[in-house]
Amino acid sequence: MLRVKELSCTRDQRPLFSSLSFSVASGELLQVVGANGSGKSTLLRCLVGLYTGYEGDVDWQLNEAPLYLGHKAGVKSSLSVLENLQWLAGLRNVSLDSELLGETLSKLRLEGYEDVPCGRLSEGQRKRVALSQFLLCPNACWVMDEPLSAIDDRGLEFLTARMSEHLDDGGSIILSSHQSVPVDRPLSTVSLG
Amino acid sequence: MRFFFASMTRDLRVHFRRPSEVLNPLVFFAVVISLFPLGIGPSPDQLSLVAPGIVWVAALLATLMSMDLLFRSDFDDGSLEQVVLSGQSLMVLTLAKVFAHWLIAGLPLVVLMPIVGLVLFLEVDGIWTLALSLLLVSPTLSLVGSIGAALTVGLPRGGLLVTILILPLYVPVLILATAMVQAALSGSDVSGYIYWLLAVLLLSLALAPLATSAALHLSVDE
Amino acid sequence: MLNWFHRLGSPRTFFAMTSNWHPWLLALSIGLLLAGSAWALLFVPPDYQQGNTVRIMYIHVPAAILAQSGYMMMAGAAMVFLVWRIKLADMAMTAVAPLGASITFLALVTGAIWGKPTWGTWWVWDARLTSTLVLFFLYLGVMALRSAMEGREQAGRACAILSVVGVVNLPIIKYSVDWWYTLHQPASFTLSEKPAMPMEMWLPLLVMVIGYYLFFFTVWFMRLRNEILVREQNTEWVRTWVAER
Repeated sequence: MLRVKELSCTRDQRPLFSSLSFSVASGELLQVVGANGSGKSTLLRCLVGLYTGYEGDVDWQLNEAPLYLGHKAGVKSSLSVLENLQWLAGLRNVSLDSELLGETLSKLRLEGYEDVPCGRLSEGQRKRVALSQFLLCPNACWVMDEPLSAIDDRGLEFLTARMSEHLDDGGSIILSSHQSVPVDRPLSTVSLG
Repeated sequence: MRFFFASMTRDLRVHFRRPSEVLNPLVFFAVVISLFPLGIGPSPDQLSLVAPGIVWVAALLATLMSMDLLFRSDFDDGSLEQVVLSGQSLMVLTLAKVFAHWLIAGLPLVVLMPIVGLVLFLEVDGIWTLALSLLLVSPTLSLVGSIGAALTVGLPRGGLLVTILILPLYVPVLILATAMVQAALSGSDVSGYIYWLLAVLLLSLALAPLATSAALHLSVDE
Repeated sequence: MLNWFHRLGSPRTFFAMTSNWHPWLLALSIGLLLAGSAWALLFVPPDYQQGNTVRIMYIHVPAAILAQSGYMMMAGAAMVFLVWRIKLADMAMTAVAPLGASITFLALVTGAIWGKPTWGTWWVWDARLTSTLVLFFLYLGVMALRSAMEGREQAGRACAILSVVGVVNLPIIKYSVDWWYTLHQPASFTLSEKPAMPMEMWLPLLVMVIGYYLFFFTVWFMRLRNEILVREQNTEWVRTWVAER
């Protein structure tokens, strides 16, 4: 699904990582570990193609772009939950019918919040809105930067269940995290720094 | 096309939820205009002579003030990243956002024009031409301004910088538009100016989104 | 050809290849400038209309020409950087912007000084002066953007986009300012249309223009080499080079 060859990145004349090679197959979970400032976020941004200041090959064998969750949630605080969901679905050309919407909202435990502006939600709820794209869009690869931070126990449980499900469906996940990932699936790691 | 309308309605919604951000440039425009009589003196002769220039300079500044906000919130909350990743066209996004911005920041200036014209003692002909020129030029201002907004979107305090980058580029439209009003006041034909302003508008419609989308791509590349 | 282009595009190769050039360039350009100035100031007969003040022309006109072509060069480098991502082009762009701004400033100041005896005021909103002023602002914009952005790579590309936008606008600005001036032109003597120059005035001007260009290139070149050293300061070859000095 993804093959990375000899990936190197230097920022502000400081080498972050060099000659990284790894690959991710379908059904595989890859965790990027490393200290703060070791380049985890930069690596993920290189992989999805947001950051282009790298050398080496990033080769995706996918039909559609991977889904990405970064430090910035991609949630507009002056728009309601429903409007945000519609926007995120529209971006990926997914038509949001009422069935999919209801299912997504109930999975995210956001029922009854449809019309609340995201700015008035709690941090954890906003995070769940940001995670909605992983429920709405059927893309095969997920790239997640610190998905487990600012999320409560129930949210964690839900997220790990959804991740296992996605892996079982033949999808793959690349994530960065300080914690160990409580997903009971084969896991490979890339450590930086 | 669907993406164009989705972005446009989204932007309009966002703007209407935060009306102060939209209204501030209009208020700024009105305040700047009303400062000129205080500075120059209240004589109708003098004021009507410099009115086109005053209106135009105030309109340029007001547009640039609001321009700074065009992409900022999308950049800050990560929406822009998501658009880039989704593979949707940034040019379409730019056009949609500029159009939405023009609807709420450019068009009201045109509507305000009769009042402003009266306050500055312009003749009726002059007022109509002024409104017409503003209608033709304000989209150009928004389009060209979007380049500056996109270039500075990643900077914490880009507001003043946008003005420095973009105001020199506004020189041609400023010249053409004020000349058009003066021609109308002196009773000559203005259709030539209209064609010129339309040509400039089409040119910026074709080229500005290219530069803006390149700058937007750049802003998320970090 | 492409290979050669690519190799020259490497800052290191460029630096090594050009290490002995600048004394020659500097000597040649200063020699030309001195010769041209001496010729223009001492030997050219005074103008029948303007007298000796016409000699300011030999300082002003080359600066005004260079102010515009400096921007073209910057935009050219910007284009190369945007299309091929050659770092050297970005460095060249960084090096040329303040230089272009200063030469534009020189053109403005000498224009004003020339204006005092001929028009009787320091500043006239003449078409040429005005469009040079706008050009000066364009340079300042590029420099301001460069200094405001932190990431070098990003700053370079942002400035490149701005320079290219500026160069597309430049003819429009120039045209509109010319047209604006003819619209408002007071009935007075104008310098915008120069009388045909006799050969004896024209030749020293040519020498001065060439001298200005050469001097511009020399300083650009020196600034570019400096910029290479600053940007590559952490590489092995720069360290060896510094150690050898």
